[in-house]
Amino acid sequence: MEVPILKQGDYLIASIQSALTDADLSQLREALVERVGRFRSRGVIVDVTALDVMDSFAVRTLRDIAHMARLRGAETVIVGIQPEVAFAMVQLGLTLKGVATALDLEEGLNFLNRRGKERVDRA
Amino acid sequence: MTAKEANTAPPGGKSRTEDTAALLRELVAHLRQNRTQLREEWARRITQAKLLTAMTEEEIFAEATSVYDNYVEALETGTFEALQAYARNLSERIIPRGVETHEVVGIVLLLRDTMARSLFGKYHEDFEKLNRILDAYEPAANRIANTVAVGFVQERERIIRQQQEAIRELSTPVLQVRERLLILPIIGVIDPQRARQLTEQLLRAIRANRAKVVVIDITGVAAMDSNVANHLVQTVEAARLLGATVIVTGLSPEIAQTLVTIGVDLSEMATVGDLQGGIEEAERLLGYKVVPLAEGQPA
Repeated sequence: MEVPILKQGDYLIASIQSALTDADLSQLREALVERVGRFRSRGVIVDVTALDVMDSFAVRTLRDIAHMARLRGAETVIVGIQPEVAFAMVQLGLTLKGVATALDLEEGLNFLNRRGKERVDRA
Repeated sequence: MTAKEANTAPPGGKSRTEDTAALLRELVAHLRQNRTQLREEWARRITQAKLLTAMTEEEIFAEATSVYDNYVEALETGTFEALQAYARNLSERIIPRGVETHEVVGIVLLLRDTMARSLFGKYHEDFEKLNRILDAYEPAANRIANTVAVGFVQERERIIRQQQEAIRELSTPVLQVRERLLILPIIGVIDPQRARQLTEQLLRAIRANRAKVVVIDITGVAAMDSNVANHLVQTVEAARLLGATVIVTGLSPEIAQTLVTIGVDLSEMATVGDLQGGIEEAERLLGYKVVPLAEGQPA
């Protein structure tokens, strides 16, 4: 199942609606990294609220998306990780090091807005 | 009652059942007749065996009376529901007084023996009849002993479960001190099960309260090994995945030394000396500024 990617101002929002196969995940990664450049996006939000399982491939793909998007000039934040999923991930050692996370979509947007402001302040 | 018993008996074994029923009737009549004497004998043997030491002699006698009557009734009716309820009720009363399982089993077995002795006494001239009486008596008596013992143990287990539940709930409060700021004071020993439960409760509370910052205070934790430390690191990581920052406060000098000595990597963890400092730090992160009233008011 293809994940819909919405463009919202400077941000891209990918909302995962159901469990994804490895191919779907790779496809999502390619689409996001490509669109960051096409839309000149400053931020990417991946919403995983609907996922109640996350395997190592999914976590690695999310991390790759974050790192690749950063190389293309956009900050990534993963939002909506369920408490049980978070605990399972930590126990498996899949901790998304170096990737920003937030409680939900709203928090994710706040985070990106704050980051954007910091960047403007610095400039 | 007897008519009912005859009715409910299976057709094939009717004469046999009726025979047993008649014997049991005779038996019950005998036990009723000698109630006072047998009861006293039983109470005497309980005291002699040093059972139920937590209770006074009057109490033992009072309980003995009601146990005796319930026992005879169970023999007579062949139904154990009433006895079960009584055993539960009795257990509820005597468990808080420190009565042990072996005592309860002991007194029921004593009663069984006391009654059997009296049957020996009554039928010692007619050996064949004695045998038939015992055939009727023994299965019923054993079942009664079983029922009472099981009832007692079940009651104990229920109490233990209840207490465990209560301790678990008491031990892990997650408190909101400010909008989006939670504190989790940990007191006592952390075992793997409790650590897991703490983490689960914290993660759920983060979601429910939309917390941004959590202060975990471990002032009340006396010792920490690498397992617990790793659990703590995992909890901090899991909270971060939900978008919350964790500040750990109140690490004692001993714990700090142990953690460094055993080489637990706490570099990812924000630590502040005490709970007050932790809350102040959390307020800073959330953008609060606490100002004394006098300063804040316009002059």
